Amino acid sequence: MTHRQKLAGSLVLLTSVQILILFAGFFAPYNFAVQDRQRPFAPPTTLHFMDLRGNVHIRPFVYDLEDSGKSILVSQSDSEHCYPILFFVRGMPYKIAGVFTSEVHLFGVEAPGHIFLMGSDAYGRDQFSRFLFGGQISMLAGLIAAILSLSIGIIVGGIAGYYGGWVDELLMRGGELFLALPWLYLLFAVRAALPLHISQWEVFLLLVSVMGLIGWARPARLIRGVVLSARHRNFVVAARGFGASDLYLLRRHVLPETYGVLLTQMTLLIPQYVLAEVTLTFLGLGVGEPLPSWGSLLSSLQQYYVVSSYWWMFLPALLLIPLFLVFYTAADALQELHKSVTL
Amino acid sequence: MKYLARRLVHATLLLAAVSLFSFAILQLAPGDFFAPMGLNPQISSRTIAGLRSQYGLDRSFPVRYGHWLHDALKGNLGASFAYNSPVAPLLAVRARNTLLLTGTAMLLAWLIAIPLGMWSAVYRGKWGDRAGAVVTSGLLTVPDLVLFLVLLLVAVRTGWFPTGGMVSAVFGDLNVWNRVKDIAEHLFLPALGLAIATLPPLLRHVRSAMIEVLEAPFIRAARAHGITERRVLFRYALPVAANPLISLFGLSVATMLSTSLLVEVILSWPGIGPLLVDAILAKDVYVVIGTVMLSSVFLVLGSLFADLLLFAADPRMRVE
Repeated sequence: MTHRQKLAGSLVLLTSVQILILFAGFFAPYNFAVQDRQRPFAPPTTLHFMDLRGNVHIRPFVYDLEDSGKSILVSQSDSEHCYPILFFVRGMPYKIAGVFTSEVHLFGVEAPGHIFLMGSDAYGRDQFSRFLFGGQISMLAGLIAAILSLSIGIIVGGIAGYYGGWVDELLMRGGELFLALPWLYLLFAVRAALPLHISQWEVFLLLVSVMGLIGWARPARLIRGVVLSARHRNFVVAARGFGASDLYLLRRHVLPETYGVLLTQMTLLIPQYVLAEVTLTFLGLGVGEPLPSWGSLLSSLQQYYVVSSYWWMFLPALLLIPLFLVFYTAADALQELHKSVTL
Repeated sequence: MKYLARRLVHATLLLAAVSLFSFAILQLAPGDFFAPMGLNPQISSRTIAGLRSQYGLDRSFPVRYGHWLHDALKGNLGASFAYNSPVAPLLAVRARNTLLLTGTAMLLAWLIAIPLGMWSAVYRGKWGDRAGAVVTSGLLTVPDLVLFLVLLLVAVRTGWFPTGGMVSAVFGDLNVWNRVKDIAEHLFLPALGLAIATLPPLLRHVRSAMIEVLEAPFIRAARAHGITERRVLFRYALPVAANPLISLFGLSVATMLSTSLLVEVILSWPGIGPLLVDAILAKDVYVVIGTVMLSSVFLVLGSLFADLLLFAADPRMRVE
């Protein structure tokens, strides 16, 4: 497989995941906060194609009471307990991207029936829906923090590389300091400074800006390197000879050279920050209830009885592995591609 | 010598900056450890003010920092509000546990990485090397958090390993040998997890460093002279490849510390990780600062140690 094919493949996968997450309201059968106190820790619902009398249904259906198949058999009326899966059903209203309101869900079952594709949590909330909605917070955190880091990286790296001299020395020594720190501890120290009991969106914004602010050093170094070499390229020197101002030179000739580095850094930073958010929230220092994030989905695993009894609570954790695989494949392919272009 | 002196200055600057930085942000934080007490009608505001002045929380930032720095240089890191005891001894116990864990994991990781990396460099492109590359990049994509959770799941489900803590409840009644065995049993899983988490990058670096050296002309010359393959590998190639690896060792201390925090929390190893998380939640300021400082000290010591090793291993460094 060439790098180009790898990149295309992983980008297609990534885009579909992003669509799933962005339109979580549509793809998820339930709202992330809806509780069903009668069904805590329900195992993943099995889809059936064959009922107890051996009739095959084209449309899959679920049973109401998963564990009591026997009692259904005794009563000989399993059609009462069986709920076919319906597509494009009307359910709870939701908003897409905070703007469009809709109440059509991709799939669902009729009211007394339940469909928990990944089981339910301690409050009987659908894990599948929470995973999709949780992706919104986690991915958004990764995206914003990465953009923030890169913006600071461009400014600092651009200034250091372009002006050189003591400015460069000062900025890069400062960056080294940031690089040398154990970043997780630093993140914690900063998180410790933030108030614990503020609104969830404030926590989210603070968390994201802290993550983004801490991580500027590495992109800044890389961008500085590119700017440093671009500064002495002939076309830049020529443009300067024609009387171009510093700002014009940076904007028109120097910074466009850094696009490749920016793109690869972006694909590397996003999963890194998603992971940082997941880690912080897992430890109880991030976005809290009732907002779901991938970190808070995992945090229930800190309880011994959850680990020992409910295996499906691990599904969100396991789903993260292929997701990160796709991310890193894209970053890898992009890096190789960029290398072969510049060489 | 000049090089080492510069590194020492750099290290001191780093520590000073970290302390000032963490002190400053904690200063900016609204509320403190005693703030929630104000909600309790049975505690008068005068008591709280008294507690604040007892712990020096009512003074200005430069004064507090000056005091803290003065005391810290003498080994006194202030007092923990939550434990109502000095921070230094509290940290010492936790630091010992963390060092035991990270030290074991590091030894394990390098003991696996060096032979395996050399082996895949020698058999480059063969199926063993390819399979190794697939496994390594697979491991790289597994988030540490998920890896440790899976280990926890395995431990809980199979019951093969004790989960949680560093010693069993009956530890006090054991003789010396059984005590060591008990700790080793508890240490196994977190150390293994930490080693697995840090292994893939080490493996990659060992492999690429070895490949670079094995392609050098002097290796071909050595082989042409009929020197045995084993001697070529260990006596000629490895010392040359060691240079970047020693620098990597210094850098890997930082990753090791960050990862160790997670492992400690998830598999409840009583190191500085859980202490830090609890201290943050309780706004136990001096414990937070002490822990952050301690991790920075570990980091600085790690890279200094790597520098010294480099100094000892590479004659070129000594000449400059």
